[in-house]
Amino acid sequence: MAKKTTKRSKSSKAKTARAKSSKAKTARAKNSRKRTAKPKGKSSTTKKKSVKKSKKSEESFVIRFVRNFVRRMISNMFAKKKNIKLGIYGPPNAGKTTLANKVCHDWIGEKMGSVSKVPHETRNVNIKEEVTIKYDGKEMGFNIIDTPGIATKIDYEEFMSFKMKNKQAKSRAKEATKGVIEAIKWLDDVDVCLVVLDSTENPYSQVNVTIIGNLAARDIPVLIVANKTDLKKSNIKRVENAFPQYDVVGISADKGKNMEEFYESLFRLI
Amino acid sequence: MLTLQFIPYSEIENLDSPSRIDKILDVVKQNKIVLMQGRLKPEEETLLIMETMSQIHKSFKGVEICTIYPEEKDLQLFNKFKKEMVKFLIGHRDGVTIVGPSSVVKEIRRNPNKVELFTIPGMASMGSSRKSTVTRKKATKKRTVARKKTTKRRTRGRR
Repeated sequence: MAKKTTKRSKSSKAKTARAKSSKAKTARAKNSRKRTAKPKGKSSTTKKKSVKKSKKSEESFVIRFVRNFVRRMISNMFAKKKNIKLGIYGPPNAGKTTLANKVCHDWIGEKMGSVSKVPHETRNVNIKEEVTIKYDGKEMGFNIIDTPGIATKIDYEEFMSFKMKNKQAKSRAKEATKGVIEAIKWLDDVDVCLVVLDSTENPYSQVNVTIIGNLAARDIPVLIVANKTDLKKSNIKRVENAFPQYDVVGISADKGKNMEEFYESLFRLI
Repeated sequence: MLTLQFIPYSEIENLDSPSRIDKILDVVKQNKIVLMQGRLKPEEETLLIMETMSQIHKSFKGVEICTIYPEEKDLQLFNKFKKEMVKFLIGHRDGVTIVGPSSVVKEIRRNPNKVELFTIPGMASMGSSRKSTVTRKKATKKRTVARKKTTKRRTRGRR
């Protein structure tokens, strides 16, 4: 019962509020009529004026429209286009930095990072912004993100076999572990990804599977680059068989072999 | 002696990702090879790599991982639905995950239907108290130097 009474009281309150609002509306309408009403006898002049005004308003509308259109066009022309974040991932010593260097050298005439035979040469994520690549009349801006090689183990003794001192090898190993973590964290911030694999080695490694699985889970488009095709042992078919659902391009980033096809498949991917 | 420790799916079923990884790494750090029923999610695999990287030091140099799972190729719609239903009901029990310490497992080679596990000769039996190759070399050097010194002293004494 108590509930019913509260409902009734609420409905009555609503009715009174509606009545008040309708009264207020009628009062506002009367006032507006009073304001718009003009003295009799001056109707012809007012008509002329109103015609002039309407013409002016039409003109001003057209001018405003044109002005806004031109402004928009100019702002679009000079506005900064959003560059595509192109991540370069893969295991150590696959040729990620060599590929990044080749792309940067081709389009901006600069290098991105140092390259060596010692694994984990790249131990920090390197970014090159605003690299515009042209292919077949199309032009696209990229932010190239070169990442350290992803590995599941890092042994400082391995570096010592490359004539490194104990201390140096240990510090390199420590930096490499941090680099791997940083590279994995960057997976979330990439728009398109190149997975660079060494075509002379077994593509069924868990690191490759993990990288590609993660990119697939994040819905990031992937292009697999089978690098080092200039070497005798290289086998692109093995890479293609390992990842049949992805586009695979065989290149030699070091020798600049088959780069045209690489750019073509990159543009196809985007 | 090479120790393989089996982790059934029921043991990790109710664990969240970080505690699953902690469990695997705890076993691996005891120089045992983990055989886990089911497979880790892609995010869990990356988390495992990140965690191993953060824990690397002199005696722990990383892990070797391999996941084997049946490929779901050319499944008919009904079979797909059936599989998804089973997964929903009993979890992702398909496949096996192998994780071993890199001090014991040199390499895990995976071909589509075959897994080859290469161990470092003589390392598996040494257990957690094993020394790295560099430290062993250093120890042998020290021993030889000490031997030389003692022989020199003896020869001087005789003279």
